[in-house]
Amino acid sequence: MEVGKLVAIIGDEDTVTGFLLAGVGHRTAKDTNFLIVKQDTTLQQIEDAFHALTLRDDIGIILINQHVANNIRHVLKDYNQTIPTVLEIPSKEHPYDPEQDYIMQRVNMFLGGGA
Amino acid sequence: MADVPPTRMNDQIFKGKKKAAEVGHKLLKKKADALKVKFRDYAKAIAETKSSMSTDAASAFFSMTQAEYAAGNFKQKVAEGSMTARVRVGAGIDNVAGVKLPVFKIYETGVQADNQSLGLVGGGKKIVAVREKFTVLLEMLIKLASLQTSFVTLDEALKVTNRRVNALENVTIPKIQGILDYIARELDESEREGTSPFSSFVSLLFYCFLMSSRLFQCVFRFHSSKACAG
Repeated sequence: MEVGKLVAIIGDEDTVTGFLLAGVGHRTAKDTNFLIVKQDTTLQQIEDAFHALTLRDDIGIILINQHVANNIRHVLKDYNQTIPTVLEIPSKEHPYDPEQDYIMQRVNMFLGGGA
Repeated sequence: MADVPPTRMNDQIFKGKKKAAEVGHKLLKKKADALKVKFRDYAKAIAETKSSMSTDAASAFFSMTQAEYAAGNFKQKVAEGSMTARVRVGAGIDNVAGVKLPVFKIYETGVQADNQSLGLVGGGKKIVAVREKFTVLLEMLIKLASLQTSFVTLDEALKVTNRRVNALENVTIPKIQGILDYIARELDESEREGTSPFSSFVSLLFYCFLMSSRLFQCVFRFHSSKACAG
């Protein structure tokens, strides 16, 4: 691939800042690839941001805090694009809970169901 | 079933079809088994990676808290201004058991970090630590993303292959077998009755031959008698 794809991030301030420091942030006049979810961020804003990110073809991965993912679980349930991939990550306040991660549910179903 | 004429030719044709279907079925089953093995490997890898990622994340967040404590509120400065991604992911394709799986590779674009100024604020070392921890976390997350997309793609491929195996097993092969049984029955019956198309054709030919030879004999005798008379 000639040009790589971006890593997008939707999360709380700590999470996003950390990844911005790691160098994933990309802001142009048109759009950015991250959303900082604060107390006053509405559900609609989060949904719209997620939707916009999935429509872009220069994004390969979308990182999202698990507690934010739970808020838009209804959108994530219907999401079935291969790229961008959606990855749920823990946040400072909410450590990782594999029960809520839908990929882990399928993994466990398969490993538990056996055969 | 009635729309297949019960001829010996069709018997051969459908025997061939059954053979082909059985070979195809065996091959698909092998593919499904290979995919299942790979699928299980990916499932295990994901489970392990996710739990170790959870530890890395906790450590990264802790370092962030430490940096906040040392450097004050630097987070806003990080999010401001224009920025170009220093890190990107390349999407490549891996071929596993005949299925194309997407994989992500991290690579640096070489763009300079533009928040060097943060280092001047007190606690710069802590901020550098945050950057490092989050970079490690990011690399692990990218690996996890690769595993995840491969897992989902394999899942789909496995479903499709299993569907085809089941279709062959439960629909196509029994149908062909049904037709073969029907043909065998009809051929048996008509052999017993003596009215098989083939035997009736042969008897018709024989009858024609008999009639035409008798006619020929009559004509010959007539002519020869005429010749004798004349």
